[in-house]
Amino acid sequence: MTSVHAWSYWLIGRIDWHSFAFVRAWRDPSLSEIIAAGAAALVVIGALAVIGGVTWLGKWRYLWKEWLTSVDHKKIGIMYVVIALVMLTRALIEAVLMRTQQAIAVNHSGILSPEHFGQLFSTHGSIMIFFMAMPFLTGLINYVMPLQIGARDVAFPVMNSISLGLTAAGAAIMMVSLVIGKFSTGGWSGYPPYTEMAFNSGVGPDYWIWAVTLSSIGTTMTGINFAVTIYKLRTAGMHLFRMPLFCWTSLCTSILMIFAMPPLTLATLMLALDRYLDFHFFTNDLGGNMMNYANLFWLFGHPEVYILILPAFGVYSEVISTFATKQLYGYKSLVYATMAIAVLSFTVWLHHFFTMGQNANINAFFGIATMTIGIPTGVKVYDWILTMYRGRVRFTVPMLYAIAFIVTFVIGGMSGIILAIPPLDYVVHNTLFLVAHFHNMLIPGLLYGMIAGYQFWFPKAFGFRLDERWGRISFACWVTGFYLAFMPLYVLGAMGMPRRMAAVFQPEYRPWLLIAGLGGFVLLAALASLFVQLWVSVRKREENRVFVGDPWDSRALEWSVSAPPPEFNFATLPEVRGPDAFGGVKERKQAYLPPPRYGDIEMPANSTLGPVLGIAGGAVAFGLVWYIWWLAIVGMLICIGAVIAGSFRRDTHRTIPADEVAETIGHWLSRAAEARAIPRPLETTSANQGLAESAT
Amino acid sequence: MIRRGAAGWMLLVALMPALAGCAGTPSFLLPAGPIASDQRHLFFVVIALMMIVVLPVFLGLPWVLWRYRQGNDKSDYQPKWSFSKPLEFAIWGVPVLVVVALAWQVWTQTHKLDPYKRLEGRGDPIEVQAVGLDWKWLFIYPRQGIATVNRLVVPAGRPVHISLTSDTVMQSLMIPRLGGQIYAMAGMRTQLNLIADRPGRYLGENTQYNGKGFHLQKFDADAVTPAQFDRWIAQARAGRPALDAERYAQLAKQSVPDEPMVFGSVPPDLFAGIIDKYDEAAPKKAQFQEASSK
Repeated sequence: MTSVHAWSYWLIGRIDWHSFAFVRAWRDPSLSEIIAAGAAALVVIGALAVIGGVTWLGKWRYLWKEWLTSVDHKKIGIMYVVIALVMLTRALIEAVLMRTQQAIAVNHSGILSPEHFGQLFSTHGSIMIFFMAMPFLTGLINYVMPLQIGARDVAFPVMNSISLGLTAAGAAIMMVSLVIGKFSTGGWSGYPPYTEMAFNSGVGPDYWIWAVTLSSIGTTMTGINFAVTIYKLRTAGMHLFRMPLFCWTSLCTSILMIFAMPPLTLATLMLALDRYLDFHFFTNDLGGNMMNYANLFWLFGHPEVYILILPAFGVYSEVISTFATKQLYGYKSLVYATMAIAVLSFTVWLHHFFTMGQNANINAFFGIATMTIGIPTGVKVYDWILTMYRGRVRFTVPMLYAIAFIVTFVIGGMSGIILAIPPLDYVVHNTLFLVAHFHNMLIPGLLYGMIAGYQFWFPKAFGFRLDERWGRISFACWVTGFYLAFMPLYVLGAMGMPRRMAAVFQPEYRPWLLIAGLGGFVLLAALASLFVQLWVSVRKREENRVFVGDPWDSRALEWSVSAPPPEFNFATLPEVRGPDAFGGVKERKQAYLPPPRYGDIEMPANSTLGPVLGIAGGAVAFGLVWYIWWLAIVGMLICIGAVIAGSFRRDTHRTIPADEVAETIGHWLSRAAEARAIPRPLETTSANQGLAESAT
Repeated sequence: MIRRGAAGWMLLVALMPALAGCAGTPSFLLPAGPIASDQRHLFFVVIALMMIVVLPVFLGLPWVLWRYRQGNDKSDYQPKWSFSKPLEFAIWGVPVLVVVALAWQVWTQTHKLDPYKRLEGRGDPIEVQAVGLDWKWLFIYPRQGIATVNRLVVPAGRPVHISLTSDTVMQSLMIPRLGGQIYAMAGMRTQLNLIADRPGRYLGENTQYNGKGFHLQKFDADAVTPAQFDRWIAQARAGRPALDAERYAQLAKQSVPDEPMVFGSVPPDLFAGIIDKYDEAAPKKAQFQEASSK
């Protein structure tokens, strides 16, 4: 090793010219490399555009003070959703690339090299789970749950900001991997021994390990935060069994996060020990055994499915009750079903590897355990339908998603039962049938739910309704796109086509792959129309304002405050007298009354800890990926130092004086008094100012 | 014999187009052996059972949406109606009963179709040892003393007992038209039992991603008559090179063979050696046995 080389290694680790996507495309200008360089260019241009835009507008100070260092649960929630939407865009484009590749690559090499294809399914899965689904649901819970239980913030506001920082760092690491280096080809589950040094010594698996580790640590803290918030910060009279169902599902999801994320953190760290320090947890030789990884990973992985789906169940419960203009049917039944699902989700992990050679007793046990989850899930579906029964169903955009969810999710449940039966799993496991199944669960069971929640609560968060027409267009595309893209995969899987194929050699597969490819483009159009909807709605915001705060005549507490809510949420913490807290207030005609008196309100003060730990944590991850040890050490020292320094801080609160509270609330109440109360058929017109007829 | 209920038949008719689409593909819906055939039967039974809970949703939901839509003032509107004991019993009870029925199927069929269970057929089982390599399958016939790469030849009607391992990352072997799928892992031995009913060529594949040659890791499973099988063995023994250590080392490297290979002889302990290679204790065990036998 020359001294120059040694110095450069000390400074930049194993980065060399060839690490950059642009250089690789320059040296080997194949279509696959050019696509990779194009993606890298998009990341660089996107980052420059954001930096340039903020500088141009002179908004750095605003961004830092009002958003990045803010510990307001509402702002943190919005930032989580922004991350989710950015990552959704990337991962959906990757999905379309893969669908295009498979549609073309029938007896042909297609447009992507097999290695590039491997990276794409790995990033697509990792992003969709860890950096789209998780931030989206965390964002929604963050925004909505404290409002629903009548709290001013979460229990640990600074920790909330740290969780966001770590998740953002993980997402940033995923983005950087497009520009420098190559991502893992080991899939979203990163199974060793394939991801061990013996078979993949490049930076790919390391990128995967550290991005996932950052996210899993952030998520564990989020789970603790939400659970404590729900246990400790409910307002007077908000008994557990008076909470809106979304809070129940949030609670169950948080408990699952607390118990299910540590096995993942452990599994990725053990894999890191194998890779960095020559341990042998999961290697082929020296006593390692990858089966231990499979068990640890799915001990996280199966509860994870319910971490993802339960919040959406909560959204649907709110949406269906609101737009069926009726109380939720079987509230307690739904709560018990949710808890049953949460508990059972820890007893089924083995069904992810029926084909690993366990004996028939074990496989049968886990097969039956898996099917029992179908019972509470089925009950929930019937409860939702019975909620609409004897109601007045309004077909608004969130409701359309809820309806599409029920139908689609039931199909997915059916294929899930098929996969839960070991002898059937033997013939469809690892095929596109499996891929069709989990997309069939997660697209209606997570994505539709998150979009429904976004449509439902957007007016609450930003003070104006989203455009109905574009909402419907987007909905139509999400649903058609889903059926076109994934129903053919069931057929292909039953025809014996394995998942993750860079090319296929059965001409019989072609028509189905073409339909699925078309579906991919329809889904892309769906996402595009979601952004168009946002654009159109922002432009028309003045005519769609719902400042009074209750555009959908809904029943939970978040609708009892202005839209957007004041920073302190409630002038005085509300007292709850029954389930459907705000519904009861409206029934008693006590909505929009000034509080008896105004007092000073203590709110948590901004903290720089979140962004500092996010940036330093990201630096540690990047340093470890590339063997830039000084960077990893400095990053780690900053993390530890910042936490210690933060613990000495005493001015952790700031006071909002009573006058300011009185002025804010007074302004809102006077507007509520002037507003016209509208009947439901007018709710999607500009007559809707957020005051429902039922309140007057 | 395949027994099939009325519901199964109706489903089969309903799924005809999909089945027709399967023609020519390696699908378990076109079974060529008893295992895949039972799996197909079970597939339809399960779908039929599921219809008990699924159909009420598909029929009930549109009806509820239509009848209780906003603007239809003829339907009764009861915003406070939120519980009914009989309905509650039905929505918990019916799924429980369906799951009990399914659980019975799971328990019996998982034991009946256990890939480790030896099968009855015409004659003794053919022993095959399968080794997953990057990106090819090595099949060793220990009793016949020959080996092949990417070609599995078995006599139709006779049970086949496959022992699997991997000399690289994890892989999974599946011949969909015969049934089954089981992982192959380094340092471990898993098993798969299959029978081909009739002569034919069936596609076999690795379904577990193992790198850039994954999509090319396919092989033909040829079921032949017993006479053809004996002739094939004899030809292999006579005219084919031996699979010695050097050739194996070459084979174990990452590559996709252009065409199937046949080897006329193999070292008797090759398969056990590939497994023991990853077991630190194995050489010591061997030394111990050697020492103790003296």
